[in-house]
Amino acid sequence: MPIETARPDPSDQSKPENHETGSGQPAQPLYASRKKIFPKRAEGRFRQFKWLVMAITLGIYYLTPWIRWDRGPYAPDQAVLLDLANRRFYVFFIEIWPQEFFFVAGLLVMAGFGLFLVTSAVGRAWCGYTCPQTVWVDLFLVIERFVEGDRNARMKLDAGPWTLDKIGKRLVKHAIWLVIAVATGGAWIFYFADAPTLAFDFITGQAAFIAYSTVAILTATTYVLGGLMREQVCIYMCPWPRIQGAMLDDSSLVVTYNDWRGEPRGKHVKKTAAASVPVGDCVDCNACVAVCPMGIDIRDGQQLECITCALCIDACDSVMDKIGHERGLIAYATLNEYESNMALATDNGRTSVDPSRVRTPEGAFSDKVRHFNWRIILRPRTLVYVGVWSAVGLGLLVALLSRDRLELNVLHDRNPQYVLESDGSIRNGYTIRLLNMIPERRTILLSLQGLTKAEMKIPSISADYSDRVFAIPVEPDKATTIKVFVTLPKAALSDARDGLRFIAEDPASHERDIYKASFNSPGAN
Amino acid sequence: MADKHIDDVSGVETTGHEWDGIRELNNPLPRWWLWTFYATIVWAIGYMVVYPAIPLVTDATKGVLGYSSRAELASEMVGAKAAQGSMLEKISTSSLQEILADPQMTQFATAAGAAAFKVNCVQCHGSGAAGGAGYPNLNDDDWLWGGDIDQIHQTIAHGIRSVDDPDTRASEMPAYGEILQPQEIRQVAAYVVSLTGKPRDAAMIEPGKQLFADNCAACHGENAKGNREFGAPNLADAIWLKAQGEAGIAQQVRQPKHGMMPGWQVRLGDTTVKQLAVYIHALGGGE
Repeated sequence: MPIETARPDPSDQSKPENHETGSGQPAQPLYASRKKIFPKRAEGRFRQFKWLVMAITLGIYYLTPWIRWDRGPYAPDQAVLLDLANRRFYVFFIEIWPQEFFFVAGLLVMAGFGLFLVTSAVGRAWCGYTCPQTVWVDLFLVIERFVEGDRNARMKLDAGPWTLDKIGKRLVKHAIWLVIAVATGGAWIFYFADAPTLAFDFITGQAAFIAYSTVAILTATTYVLGGLMREQVCIYMCPWPRIQGAMLDDSSLVVTYNDWRGEPRGKHVKKTAAASVPVGDCVDCNACVAVCPMGIDIRDGQQLECITCALCIDACDSVMDKIGHERGLIAYATLNEYESNMALATDNGRTSVDPSRVRTPEGAFSDKVRHFNWRIILRPRTLVYVGVWSAVGLGLLVALLSRDRLELNVLHDRNPQYVLESDGSIRNGYTIRLLNMIPERRTILLSLQGLTKAEMKIPSISADYSDRVFAIPVEPDKATTIKVFVTLPKAALSDARDGLRFIAEDPASHERDIYKASFNSPGAN
Repeated sequence: MADKHIDDVSGVETTGHEWDGIRELNNPLPRWWLWTFYATIVWAIGYMVVYPAIPLVTDATKGVLGYSSRAELASEMVGAKAAQGSMLEKISTSSLQEILADPQMTQFATAAGAAAFKVNCVQCHGSGAAGGAGYPNLNDDDWLWGGDIDQIHQTIAHGIRSVDDPDTRASEMPAYGEILQPQEIRQVAAYVVSLTGKPRDAAMIEPGKQLFADNCAACHGENAKGNREFGAPNLADAIWLKAQGEAGIAQQVRQPKHGMMPGWQVRLGDTTVKQLAVYIHALGGGE
């Protein structure tokens, strides 16, 4: 199966964009116009599945920001909120602070390996079913069909003159597309602010400029990429079709035209068969071409443009049902099966395809025909992907369940390193940050360990009181910064080298964090 | 060189070159790509018209928007100043005690004071306010003229022995080289050193103690704890500003050196001086 690149339409040759070669001969055209594609509505198992995936993915996209999740009075009640201004990500019961962004990175690693796994097992399923480009193009095609009719009506309308009817239909179609595009861009911003508030502000013109510009940009990209560019995004812009070659192997399922049973194809099967010329199952009805949203003929073999949406399988299966042949002339198949069956049909390449080689005299498939076996999905490659994917997932889960919600950071003063007090004692200054990472008010006990003679002074709590333990009220879901002075009496200066530990503890939950700090003194340096 | 060659599989003409049997298909570009290319050219022309673009001999074209990064900075500075405005206003009309009672004002004043300190004070007091030989450390708890917020503010506003400020703090220790005998000065120095707990010859300390009571206690106090009324330093603590060791103390008694600090009220204005006072008070020694 050769991977082919886009072919120019031969009709382009006639267009006057040819550059002249030295010999005066017209060479290839430099630019190719887009071939207009009018995908026909398909019906069948895969189309049903795609409707389901579309409903789920669009549902998730549009509705998620409106789900509420009670986190108490000190945190937003939006289930999924990426609060960039306050640097907090909320996803249901999980709240992520900036230093915990590795969870997001971990999810991206999982998404990457998940993609490797899916692609090596069932080909470009991402492209065919769940890619936003595919889903929105599908949605836009629904509108197009609703307004302008199915394939033939659309082709006729497109070729016809600009009548009032045509102008009206085009206006309605583009208007609905724009509404969907605005809704798409609009839904995006609700992930970044409280959705009901932002929706009200947006409509009444009080929202921030960035909200309007984001919606404008996403409206434009949705309308242009999903409505106007369509398959060209996949063919010319997206890097994924280029990368996928490295993920597929000859045990990956790809949408395949089984020429070993389809060829020689012909429209007049009964007539040819009557003349005892071998005929394949393909009746050359072009149903597979008519439904293809990429405008290709799957019978040319696996190709770069194919996003494996499997609509040609649906189209072909319904034709096979009608003419009483087995389904699966176009089917998900691995390269291994295909080549084995091809070898059978062509007698190892010695002849052209002879459908009688793959069938018994009674017309059923011969025992030598290889069919797909689900066990092929469990092979070392996919198992390694599953292993890595699960290991990363498990690691993230353990990290999530064991993460701290109380953190203590200590920064020793750099200048001055220490201060000599009038009684000869040495004072060190520290900037301490208490990270209260839950949306509740807490009182944290900050205490000293080590340097038993040393005492703390926290001017923001009391200017003239020293102790080794202080109760510090911390704001919900915030980092509280306090200045702490630790003074070591002259008599105990010889201990300074030992350093000390700050301990932050929530007496209610017994969460604690310990920070080892140094104590600098003239003798210790 | 360029021989016409059609690829068998795709039916597309190749570029006509061959490298180790590999040929490159010469597929035509999609036409929308061409339009995108033209659009970038139009954009570039528009950009050159609107923004500064073409370098001339001493200058460059200005562009119809009249944009400049300098003007942008200026407007951002105006915006930043305006954002500080209400807080500065509040600080200028509040007393020092009111500022310290309000965490928001304290935080703002401390940050602003730190910035002002970096510009005006670090030359003598050091960037960490730890002072140096002859210049006081502002972090510690040893204050010559008082360490509460009002005293600190007074010192910053009017300075110490600042010649052109009538409200400045002024005091001078007499030069005892003309009053006491050299041996007596050594005895006084020995007594002062003994106050910090270092053992000294009793034969020197006893007369030194008497000399101290007669000559020095009036300002430095009977116990040599100093007197902030006159800026007389505490001689019984661990911190020494002008004199180091017994010889240094003797020299200071004989021919005293006096520090001098300008008053900042006129130069920086009252709001900045308040902010500086709050910053110094928060360094750790504030009372």
